[in-house]
Amino acid sequence: MANYNESEFLICLAAKLMSDRTTAFVGTGIPMLAAALAKRTHAPDLVSVFEFGGTGASLEKLPLGVADSRTFHRAVAASGICDIMETAQRGFIEYGFLGGAQIDAYGNLNTTVIGPYWPPKVRLPGSGGANEVGSFCWKTIIIMRQHDHKRFLPKIDFLTTPGYLTGPGAREAAGLPSGTGPFRVVTNLALMDFEPESKRMRLIAVHPGVTAEQVVAATGFELLVADEVGVNPEPTDKELKLLREEIDPDHYYI
Amino acid sequence: MEVIESGIGELFQPPDPDGFREWVRTGKNTGMTDKVMSEQEAVSRLVQDGDYIGTELYGTVRAPMSLVREVVRQGKKHLRVAGQGIHEIDLLLAADLVDSLDITYVAWEVYGISACLRRAVESGRVKTTDWSNGGITWRFKAAAMGVPFLPVRAMLGTDTFKHSASKVVADPFTGKPVCLVPALFLDVGLIHVHKADKYGNCRVEGISGFVHEMARASKKLIVSAEEIVPTEEIRRYPEQTVIPYYLVDAVVEAKYGSHPGEMCYRYWRDGEHLQSFLKDSKDPDKAKAYLDKWVYGCSDHAAYVELVGADRLGRLESEIGGR
Repeated sequence: MANYNESEFLICLAAKLMSDRTTAFVGTGIPMLAAALAKRTHAPDLVSVFEFGGTGASLEKLPLGVADSRTFHRAVAASGICDIMETAQRGFIEYGFLGGAQIDAYGNLNTTVIGPYWPPKVRLPGSGGANEVGSFCWKTIIIMRQHDHKRFLPKIDFLTTPGYLTGPGAREAAGLPSGTGPFRVVTNLALMDFEPESKRMRLIAVHPGVTAEQVVAATGFELLVADEVGVNPEPTDKELKLLREEIDPDHYYI
Repeated sequence: MEVIESGIGELFQPPDPDGFREWVRTGKNTGMTDKVMSEQEAVSRLVQDGDYIGTELYGTVRAPMSLVREVVRQGKKHLRVAGQGIHEIDLLLAADLVDSLDITYVAWEVYGISACLRRAVESGRVKTTDWSNGGITWRFKAAAMGVPFLPVRAMLGTDTFKHSASKVVADPFTGKPVCLVPALFLDVGLIHVHKADKYGNCRVEGISGFVHEMARASKKLIVSAEEIVPTEEIRRYPEQTVIPYYLVDAVVEAKYGSHPGEMCYRYWRDGEHLQSFLKDSKDPDKAKAYLDKWVYGCSDHAAYVELVGADRLGRLESEIGGR
C-alpha cells in the first residue's frame, strides 16, 4: 500500500459515498476532487452540479471556484444560479457537500462568525450556497478536515446551514423539505452517520490505526457509537494514481 | 398571512416596486441611442455617494473589475453593497468605501478567507445583514419580476434567517412555514459581458450566473464589454441577447475587463496576481500600496492593461483552453 495523506484519504472516502447515476451539488475543494474521482471509478454517470450554472461537466481539469470555466467545460448545460438552486429546491439533487468551521451533534454548521454576530471576533465568509445545499439536497455529506474540540462543539456560535436543527422533526417543523438532511460526516479520524431515532451524530467507522475511544475523546459533544464500528478502507493505488496524476496534478488540494 | 418570525437584520434597501415602475417609466431611455462612453464618464454620471450597488458575476469570474476599479478611483463613498464576491468586494472594502453589506459570501474560495472583510466587519466599520446565496439571488429575481418578495424554502430554521431581513409566514396554501425574501432593487448594477453593441444589447458566453436577474433589478445599469459588436450581429442571433438595450444606461468597452479574474473562452484567471493581492491584503498598508499601484496609479483601464502587460495577458489567453 502506497503512502497517502489525510486529504487523499478524505477524498477517496467521500467519493465512495456517492452512487452512480445520481446528482451531486459540488462546492470548492475536496468535494470537487471526490466528484472527479467518483466519475473516473464507480460512478461515470454522476452528474456534478455547480451553483452558478455548470451541470454535468467533464471535470477533466479541476475547477478552482464554483463558477470558473472548468465547472462547465464539456458540460451538458451552462445555466445560472436560479436554475441550479431551483433544481435543488424541486428535489432533483441527491447529494450535497458541506464543510464548516464548527459543527454540532445534529450536523448544524457554522461558516459565518466566531463570537457574537456583530461585530464578530472572526468574520468568516458566510453561507454562500451552503444553506441551500443543506436545506434542499436529499443527503448531505459533511467534510471536516480536523476532528477536534475546537470544531465539534455542543453549541456552535452561529447556525449558518441546517443539519437536523434541534432533533427529530425540527427540520419539517421549520418548513424545510421533508426527508432531507445530513447523511454522513467524514473527518480526518472517522466516518459518522446520524442515528435515525435521535438524529444525533454516531460513529460508524474509524480510519485504520484510530480507535473509537480516540474519536469520542476528540469530539466536543457526546458522540453516539454504533454497536459495530467498522474500519474505513484505505485508498487504493489506482485511486491515488488518478488523484495525483489526473485530477490534481498541480496539488491545489492534495 | 400570519408572520411567524421576522429576521432582525437591517433592510439596507427596502423594496419599492411602485417606485421602481415609476423610475422605469421616466428614468430609462428606450430610444436606440449610442451609449458608449469611458468608464470615467459612466461612473461619474451614474454612481452617487450612498448608492446601493451590485456586481455580476463574481470575483474571479466575468466580474466588472475595470468598473469597480473606476468606482474606487473616483472614491464613491458610503456605498451599500450586495456582497457576493471576492476581489471586487475586497477592493471596495480595502478603499473603505462601504458602509453596509448584504453578505452571502465574501472570501477567496481555494485561496482562503478575506482579510479585507475581516478588518472591515470585526472593527465594526461595516454593518452586515446575512443571506444565503440563493436568498440574495431570489431577491434580485423578485425585483426583476416587479414583485415585493418571493417565497423560498431556504434559510428556514437557521441564524442565517435570523440575521437576514426575511420573514417566515405560514404558506396560505399548504399551511407550512415558508421564507419570504424581500425584492432587492439596485441603484446601480455593474455587469461585465463578452459582447455588447453600442446601444447596450449584450451577450454572455458560458454560465449566466445571475446576469438576467441583476440586469432587470437595476435602476441604472453600467455594462462593460470585452468587445463592441455591430447591431447587425445582435439582430442575426437575437436569442443570444441576455440584456436588451433598454435596460442599459452606459456601455464601456473594456477588453480584459475581468482581469485578474477569468473570462470564459477568452482568458484564464491570473492566479499570481490574485494570490499576491490576497497576501498583501493581510496588511492594511500593503493593501493600500496595492490600490496605489493598480487603481489610483492607473488613470484608466487602458493604463491598467498596459501595466499588467501584453505578455502576461497573452499567456492567460493561451491558458484558457478551448471548448
